[in-house]
Amino acid sequence: MIRLQNVTKIYHNGVKALTDVTLYIRKGEFVFLVGSSGAGKSTLTKLIYREETPSRGQIVFDGKSVSRMRPGLVPYMRRKIGMVFQDFRLLPQKTVTENVAFALEVTGASKREIKRAVPIVLKMVGLTGKADSYPDYLSGGEQQRVSVARAIVNNPILIIADEPTGNLDPETSWDLMKLFLDINRRGTTIVMATHAWDIVDAMKKRVVELSCGKIVRDEQGGAYRHEA
Amino acid sequence: MRLNAIKYYFREAFRAIFRNSWLSLASVGVVAVSLLILGCSLLLVLNAGNIAANLESSVEISVFLADGTTTGQILDMGNRLQAMPEVAQVEFVNKRQALEEMKNNFGDKKDILAGLEEKNPLPDAFRVKTHTVDQVAPLASRLESFAGVEQVRYGQGIVEKLMELSRWVRAAGVGTMVFLGVASVFLIATTIRLSVFARRKEIGIMKFLGATNWFVRFPFLLEGMFLGLAGSLLAATAVYFGYYSLVGNFQLSLPFMQLITDRNVIIPMLEGLLVLGLAIGAVGSLISVRKFLKV
Ligand SMILES: Nc1ncnc2c1ncn2[C@@H]1O[C@H](COP(=O)(O)OP(=O)(O)OP(=O)(O)O)[C@@H](O)[C@H]1O
Ligand SMILES: [Mg+2]
Repeated sequence: MIRLQNVTKIYHNGVKALTDVTLYIRKGEFVFLVGSSGAGKSTLTKLIYREETPSRGQIVFDGKSVSRMRPGLVPYMRRKIGMVFQDFRLLPQKTVTENVAFALEVTGASKREIKRAVPIVLKMVGLTGKADSYPDYLSGGEQQRVSVARAIVNNPILIIADEPTGNLDPETSWDLMKLFLDINRRGTTIVMATHAWDIVDAMKKRVVELSCGKIVRDEQGGAYRHEA
Repeated sequence: MRLNAIKYYFREAFRAIFRNSWLSLASVGVVAVSLLILGCSLLLVLNAGNIAANLESSVEISVFLADGTTTGQILDMGNRLQAMPEVAQVEFVNKRQALEEMKNNFGDKKDILAGLEEKNPLPDAFRVKTHTVDQVAPLASRLESFAGVEQVRYGQGIVEKLMELSRWVRAAGVGTMVFLGVASVFLIATTIRLSVFARRKEIGIMKFLGATNWFVRFPFLLEGMFLGLAGSLLAATAVYFGYYSLVGNFQLSLPFMQLITDRNVIIPMLEGLLVLGLAIGAVGSLISVRKFLKV
């Protein structure tokens, strides 16, 4: 479903964030991206949803070339991807319901569709009781679940999560991972960049390790650190 | 475009206008002033052109005859004038007709002229039209030497002066207009930029949620167009009422000045102002949103 072919990314300031990366991710997979700070994890995720374009190489998502896509088509591609960030990126002036509804609103969905879909995902993430609260009055874990609800309300085929547990305590992190597992079991592919070694070790999923912009390890059921 | 989206655009646009209410007001003011000046100079140019055209079609030589010229002499002179090749039209106006005409020109101020019937100071005259304007001056000086002619008059230089004035007004109008047009685009762009800046986080979120550029842009475009339209509505209203009250006063005090009063001319001009206001708003906002969309 995602294919990176000999991808190199050099930023405008000359930093070589990725070097000749080739990676294939199948539909329904759960993939951890690990590696030390500055290894290129965020860059790799940005290339997939085309916040950045590769300097060399090809990226294909859902059968279409992301790197050579017309700019006008990029929004429609992004609607197939749910994004979850470390800093949640919620709008403080909107309620939980409105924040989730926003993902549908920007695609021009009807009021009826929105009314139908939003309560369902809020129930999935366990926030039905907080539907009318504002993000500032929620805990970090609750805020992150709002952003997950927003990410899945569009029925995406892929979820990209960049350090989603970075601002959460261990227990809340585990709640979030259970939610991700749940979503993954329904067939949604998940790519998650993380430093949370305990989670990676416990979940025994595919682990792709980056170091200085290169893939140095790619194993099924791997651990955060490769035992020497 | 779906109805939901349209509602969303309008709601966001109005929120933004009231969020930056002072700057919105300033933008509306600048657009209003620019278009007001534009409207005034347009009216000036139109009227100057109109008056010049009226005058040109009526440039004629008035040949005033000395008091006591006999009917025989008058007939004789009429024939001689008719026979001249450059003369297109000759009309004899006796002193009584001349007074009547003058009264008509004065409209309801004609009371001023009351009592002149007994001692009419106006002379008998010929009104001579030439085929072309450049024949006027030479013919007039020849006629001065005719026996029985007291004075020869024609609209010396008036046409030329008016044409020049209308050209000058047009140039000055275009200059001011371009300057103020740029100023209003700039101020609207600033207003929208603040509005975009206040919502940059939201725009970023919209982009990764898969909003199209037009979806992001539209509320700002509407905001700019509302500001432009509000300004141009103010300007058009002021021009309309200002002009017609001016025309009313002119017709009372200077009845012989022919100002344009035809609403078929004035209304399209005002509509043009409204369209221009919308365009200024649209251009201003598109300039501001452009660079925030590159995500
Ligand atoms: N927009 C940018 N412009 C220039 N250089 C950048 C940009 N984004 C990232 N970089 C550089 O690219 C390299 C990889 O950055 P990236 O954010 O992908 O790392 P990361 O693996 O996500 O790190 P972290 O774990 O700290 O989030 C770093 O050296 C970084 O400084
Ligand atoms: Mg990162």
